[in-house]
Amino acid sequence: MIGISGLTKSFGDRPVLAGVDLSVARGESLCVIGQSGTGKSVLLKCILGLVLPDAGRVLWRGQPLDAASRPAFLAQFGMLFQGGALFDSLSVWQNVAFRLRQTMPDGPARAIAIEKLARVGLGAETADLMPAQLSGGMMKRAALARAIAADPQVIFFDEPTTGLDPIRARRINGLIRGIVEETGATAITITHDMDSVRAIGDRVALLQDGHILWDGPVAAMDDAPALAGFLGQDPAG
Amino acid sequence: MNPVRLTGRASLYLLRAIGAVVLFTLRGLFRLRPFYPRAFAAQLVQIGWLSLPVVGLTALFTGAALALQIHSGGARFQASDVVPAIVAIGMVRELGPVLGGLMVAARVASSIAAEIGTMKVTEQIDALVTLSTDPMRWLVTPRLWAAVLTVPVLVGVGDVIGIMGGWIVGTQSLGFVSATYLSNSWAYLEGWDVWSGLIKGAAFGLIVAVSGCWFGMHSDRGAEGVGRATKSAVVAAAVGILAANFVLTGLFFR
Repeated sequence: MIGISGLTKSFGDRPVLAGVDLSVARGESLCVIGQSGTGKSVLLKCILGLVLPDAGRVLWRGQPLDAASRPAFLAQFGMLFQGGALFDSLSVWQNVAFRLRQTMPDGPARAIAIEKLARVGLGAETADLMPAQLSGGMMKRAALARAIAADPQVIFFDEPTTGLDPIRARRINGLIRGIVEETGATAITITHDMDSVRAIGDRVALLQDGHILWDGPVAAMDDAPALAGFLGQDPAG
Repeated sequence: MNPVRLTGRASLYLLRAIGAVVLFTLRGLFRLRPFYPRAFAAQLVQIGWLSLPVVGLTALFTGAALALQIHSGGARFQASDVVPAIVAIGMVRELGPVLGGLMVAARVASSIAAEIGTMKVTEQIDALVTLSTDPMRWLVTPRLWAAVLTVPVLVGVGDVIGIMGGWIVGTQSLGFVSATYLSNSWAYLEGWDVWSGLIKGAAFGLIVAVSGCWFGMHSDRGAEGVGRATKSAVVAAAVGILAANFVLTGLFFR
């Protein structure tokens, strides 16, 4: 469904991605792991068009993504940002319904937003709160509700459990797994939390030194010699 | 380094920066579709309505102080009677737009830069892109047009309040008769005096909004980066207003 071919990106003299090749099948949940600073988030931003790669291509359903085709691509995916990235000036329901309000009146958009908030475990009473009034865990849930509000075909998760305590992190992992299974969406998760990988992923790819060093099923990662170094050390570096 | 090369490099850097700001401004002003009426209405309130108290108070005290100064200075050559006319002309042509613009710069450029800068460092601008929304159209265009349209209105209101400030001082402590003061205020004012001030207001509004948006969108990461962007936006807006005022005054009144 999504393919990445020879993706290269440098910042100044520092190469971050040095020819990354990767593909994700429809309905698959891929986790990209790697130490901090290895370019996981840059890879995600290259796929989304937020960062322009120096070379290489991103393919969507076999076709290269470019400026003309990217809007149609963007319309079919949701994104959970590391810090939530909820808009400070909008209430929770307005955040969740941000994309919906561009194509439908406020009434139905609000109803869908409240339904999605309920799906992530937030009650209707949170709908009119402002993001600053939410706790870290609630903010993450609200951001997750926004990511799934328009029933996307692809969902990206950027470090979904960063900043959460282990109990809340487990809940978010469970929510993500449930949502991915329910909707049949393709999921790409950027993380260095191995609990997230085990909870969310079908497949895992290790990004190191600008390349995909190992790529295989989650069930096989404990036996993969290439991952031993990563699994055995503090991934936060 | 060779001074010629240094000058050339600095000139190229400056020209590149000016070109980038001009393109940013044109994109902000004229990429109107889709237009976001809610965001525009919110900015009309933020930039226009909520700036009214500070602009009004500034104009009131400036008009009052101007009346005292002109009365005192005019007494040296028996010209105290010109207080109403000079307060009116001074407020409408110069002090209303410039001080109003500077007050809006202090209030609005800083707030725009801080808001957009914070949005940038917390990935809210990236989130806009992923939600199929162009940050220029959603954040910059409404602010630019709201400032261009509301600052002239603020200047007009400030002009009236400033003249009233002079009238209060003139009638309460300088011995002017109310009706005479008011008729002298209007008698020497020409339409172009008023229009030139309003045009200046629109230009100053654009400078304020562009400064806030530009430095916000180019903010560095972290609280320090946002703080630097905010400071730069206010300084650039204030200097821009004073420079533009000189240029526009030269164009309008030479």
